[in-house]
Formats: sequence, C-alpha cells, structure tokens
Amino acid sequence: MSLTTAHSVVAPGAFSRRLAALLVIAYALITMIPLVWILLTGFKTPDDSIAYPPKILFSPSLEGYVNLFTTRTRQTPEFIATLPPATAWYDKLVRSRNMVIAGPSKYFPRYINSLIIGFGSTFLAVVLGTIAAYAFSRFKVPLKDDLLFFILSTRMMPPIAVAIPIYLMYRQIGLIDTRIGMILLYTAVNLSLSVWLLKGFMDEIPREYEEAAMIDGYSRLQAFWKVVLPQASTGIAATAIFCLIFSWNEYAFAVLLTSGEAQTTPPFIPFIIGEGGQDWPAVAAGTTLFLVPIVVFTILLRKLLLRGITFGAVRR
Amino acid sequence: MSDMAEKQGLLSQMAEATPPRIAGRIRGISDRGIAWLFIGPTMLLLLVINIFPLVWAVTLSFTNYRANRPNVPLKWVGLEHYSDILTDPDLWAGMQVTAHFVVATIVIETVLGFGLAYLIDRKFKGHGFWTTVILIPMMLSPAVVGNFWSFLFRPQIGLFNEIVSFITGIPADSFAMIGDVDLAPWSIVIVDAWMWTPYVMLICLAGLRSIPNDIYEAAEVDRASPWRQFWSITLPMAMPFIMLAVLFRGIENFKMFDLVNLLTNGGPGSTTELASITLKREAFEKWRTGYASALAIILFVTIFGLGNIYVRALNRVKQR
Repeated sequence: MSLTTAHSVVAPGAFSRRLAALLVIAYALITMIPLVWILLTGFKTPDDSIAYPPKILFSPSLEGYVNLFTTRTRQTPEFIATLPPATAWYDKLVRSRNMVIAGPSKYFPRYINSLIIGFGSTFLAVVLGTIAAYAFSRFKVPLKDDLLFFILSTRMMPPIAVAIPIYLMYRQIGLIDTRIGMILLYTAVNLSLSVWLLKGFMDEIPREYEEAAMIDGYSRLQAFWKVVLPQASTGIAATAIFCLIFSWNEYAFAVLLTSGEAQTTPPFIPFIIGEGGQDWPAVAAGTTLFLVPIVVFTILLRKLLLRGITFGAVRR
Repeated sequence: MSDMAEKQGLLSQMAEATPPRIAGRIRGISDRGIAWLFIGPTMLLLLVINIFPLVWAVTLSFTNYRANRPNVPLKWVGLEHYSDILTDPDLWAGMQVTAHFVVATIVIETVLGFGLAYLIDRKFKGHGFWTTVILIPMMLSPAVVGNFWSFLFRPQIGLFNEIVSFITGIPADSFAMIGDVDLAPWSIVIVDAWMWTPYVMLICLAGLRSIPNDIYEAAEVDRASPWRQFWSITLPMAMPFIMLAVLFRGIENFKMFDLVNLLTNGGPGSTTELASITLKREAFEKWRTGYASALAIILFVTIFGLGNIYVRALNRVKQR
C-alpha cells in the first residue's frame, strides 16, 4: 500500500481530515481494549482478575506467569514450614499461597509443538509452493486455470468436514496425535496460499533475467536457482510468514486430531485451570505469550498484508 | 500480456534455431519435464490429504459407519442420510442460525469496514500507523481470542458488561451476553466483527485507492457535489473490491468454527449452533460418521458454489 497513490477526494479539507482522524483513532483505541485487557490480566492475581467491578488499577504480580509454567499442589502451612526455605522468587510467591510447585506445566511443551509444527509445515509449503508457482508462472501447463482453482478450492473446505476422513485415515496409518501428521496436514492447507501468493510474486519478475542467464549458458534449473529465487526472496519470506501465522493460529484440526503428544497451543490455552475453573491470569499470560509474535509479524508485514489475505489478487 | 506472448514466440524461434542435440544439452531436462517435476509434489500432497479423504467421505456418507465402532458390519443406506438431513427441521433451524450469523456479520463488517477505509483515505497525519493498529485483531488466533472474549463477556466481572453499564447505565450484572438466548447470537457477531472488520477495511481501502484521481478532477470541473461524487464514482468503482470482501467473509463465516466453539460452543440451547458446530457434534461427539459425512458433503458443495463466484470476482478485481 503506497501512501502516494490516488485518493477518493482530490483534496480533502482540513476539517474533514481532522474529523476522519478523530473517528479512526477512536475506533483503533476501542478495538485495542480487549488486547490491553489480556495483557493487564496476565499481571493480576487470581483474586484481582475476577474482582467486581473489574479492576483497572491493581498492584502487578507475576503469579499468572508462574502459574502458567508450573503445576502446584496445595499444602498446609505446617507442612510448608517443614520444607527447606524457598530460595527462588517463584517458590516464595507460590508458598505465600500455601502451595508448593510440583513440576513444570504442559504450556512449554505445547508451545514447542506449535513452533515445530509451524516451522515444519511452513518450510514444506514454501518449498513446494515456490517450485509449483514457478512452473505455473513460466510454463504452459495444460488445464492451468483449473488446476489453480482446484488448489484454491482446497482452502475453502470447512475444516471439520475435512477432519472427519482425515481422522479416519490418520487413525488407520497411525498419524493421529503426531507432529508429522500435523505438519503434513498444515502443509496441504497452506499450499493453496503459498502457490497463489508466490505465483503473483513470480509473475512480477521479468522473464528477461532468466532468458539472459540462459543465453549465457545457464540451464533452466540453474537460472531458476541463481536468478529467480534471489529475486523472489522478499515474496518467499512474506509467504513463509503468512503460512507460519496460519499454522500457529489453527485450532479446528488441532483440537480434533491431537490430544497430548503433538497438541499445539490454541487447544491447550482454554484448559489452563486453577482451583475452581479457569485460572484467568495464567490464561491471559499464556494468551499474551502466544499472541505477541503475531503482533510483531503483523507490523513487519503491514505493507504486504493486503496481498496475503487476498491470495495475491490485490496488490496495491 | 501480448508483449510476453511475443517474447515467448521469439524464444521458441531461438530454440528452434539451435540444433536439437545441443539445445538438449544446454537445457538439461526439458521445460515440460521441469513443469511436471515442479507441480507434481504439490498435486500429489493435495490428492492424498484433500481429494482421497473427500472421496472417502462421499463413500461413507452412503453408509451407517460409526468411527467409534469400527467393527460393526457396514450397512449401505443409499441416500437416506441426505434425505434425512434435507428434511430435518432442526437442521434447517441450524442453517437459519448460520444464515443470520453470516448476514449480520457481513452487513456490520462491510458498513464499518468501508466507512473506516473511506475515513483513512482522507490521509490524515499518522494514518499509516493507525491502520496497522486496526489490522492487528484479524491476524490473531480466533480460538485463543474467542476463549478470552468469553472472559470479557462474564456478567459482573467481565469488562464488556462493565463498559456497557458505564455507557448505558444498565447494571453490569443484569445481563449475560453468552448465557442469554437473545444476546448469545449477538455476542458471536460482536467478536467476529471485532476480528474481521479490519479485513473488509483493508480490501475497501485498496478499492478506493485504485480509483484514478482524474475522474474526480473531471467531476470537480463538472461541479458534481461531493455527495454525487460518492454515489456515482466512489461507490461504483470500489464495488468489485467490496464484493470480494463480502464473498470471502461469507465463505469464511459460513464454515466458522474455532471462534464460536470456544465462545459459546453452540449454546445456550442451540441458539448459536452454526453448521460447523453441528457437524462436530455429529461426527466427534455422537460419532455418527456416515451421517456427518453426508452433512459435510452438503456444506462443501454449498461452499464450492460460493467459491466459484469468489474466484470470478477475484479475476475481475485482478484486471483493475
């Protein structure tokens, strides 16, 4: 989105411009409230998080983050008194609640699963998507438009509808609740985006570059490797980030096809529970740590977001 | 385009001019070989992960198969599931829930999204920064966000109720967005609009920016009022983009699952039970795999039809 392109009124007046600014900024601030609330709730104590009326001012605590990463058992003060004195700050914090840290929670392994499955499927989807996009962009492929529509249509299937037979298939071949199963599935879902986006980027690279290289004695594959790929690197990086975001955020397949070993973070977060229901500061802490990378990527990608969300069709 | 075709022609002439044996050595493998080599893996993976399961689902939809009892002998039931589904009044009520959700979200998101895009297009100072801020919700995980909104919607302790009560004076503990039969459908609409208005806005913004300035200049010369300019230039010229956004949101919300599953899980009763939630219940809670497959196929055919229209809209926008 270039900032110097045409706009819908030749020269908006100072007043209309100021009014527009006011309304847009108001919307932006309102829309940020839930996210700010997630951030704040992560630093509350469980009591503060469910106070009525909701507390805007509170003394910050790291209890949510400690609870997120640990499992704890309730003990009597007498028992705690018999233990050797706590040295670490988180031990002290937990013991002040008459609890003892029993071990690490599952949040960290789930986060690692999200990373492995996210990066694994992104890598595969981008590699396969890059070569397929190059072929679609440069060669005469029979039924090209139909193949491209087919690839896009795989993205439109409702995930639950796809999950039924995938569940049966994976159960048969032992891929249920495995990282490799999730990587393959997310690769297939991401391929549509990766092929369509990368085809758009490849179309923009002038053919003359490869032609010149081939006249200089490069083979087609060498020209692809040494000329086209470096030219497409920005597009490939952007595509990779979009694929990563999809895999990172995905929930429907993850909740139906994983339960332990390969479970990713989104199906896990709602089940961070403390005594008596969801432990909201811990849920908020887990949510914050899960969302921050995406917010960073959104800011990095802002100029290419439009392309990403329209499968490369709208470029300005 | 014609330029490209010309060059291709030129290139093939050059290739013909080279003796075939030498040409073969220079290129290594033929372009056609490379094309299949490059597209093959993608098609293979999609066939295995998408088409094969789909065919399987179609087959299952004609049987009484239950995934939790794989040893029960399979019975062929023909089109029974399809006729059951299409005549089941509960299912049609569910479809109505989905339709209301789709229409309400599209109307709200289009009006808000286009309005925001129109305002951002005034190019006030700092509009780039605020646009990025507005875009953040649409990139987040719907499931994780839906889960957190269920906290915001809590009566008494939830921030949403507190804000509504602050503005309107209605006591914060007098209503429950998620627990109430009348309010629950609106709670999922509100969260969806919060997440996806930026999406519509971004596409509308592209539409507004694609309108050439000289059309407005000509309208100024003709002394067309701003009102007139909006209705006869801005809106019609941005329309293909608006349609694209509407279609995409329509498809996405028709199959909506993650956000609603964690926000209301279809309740209270079945007031927010969208098609995908029904599908999950039938397939993974009641384990009526055959029946659920038939329902999945019906949903898929509907979406495939919408998708066809979507791709046509995409191509129209591409030509701009």
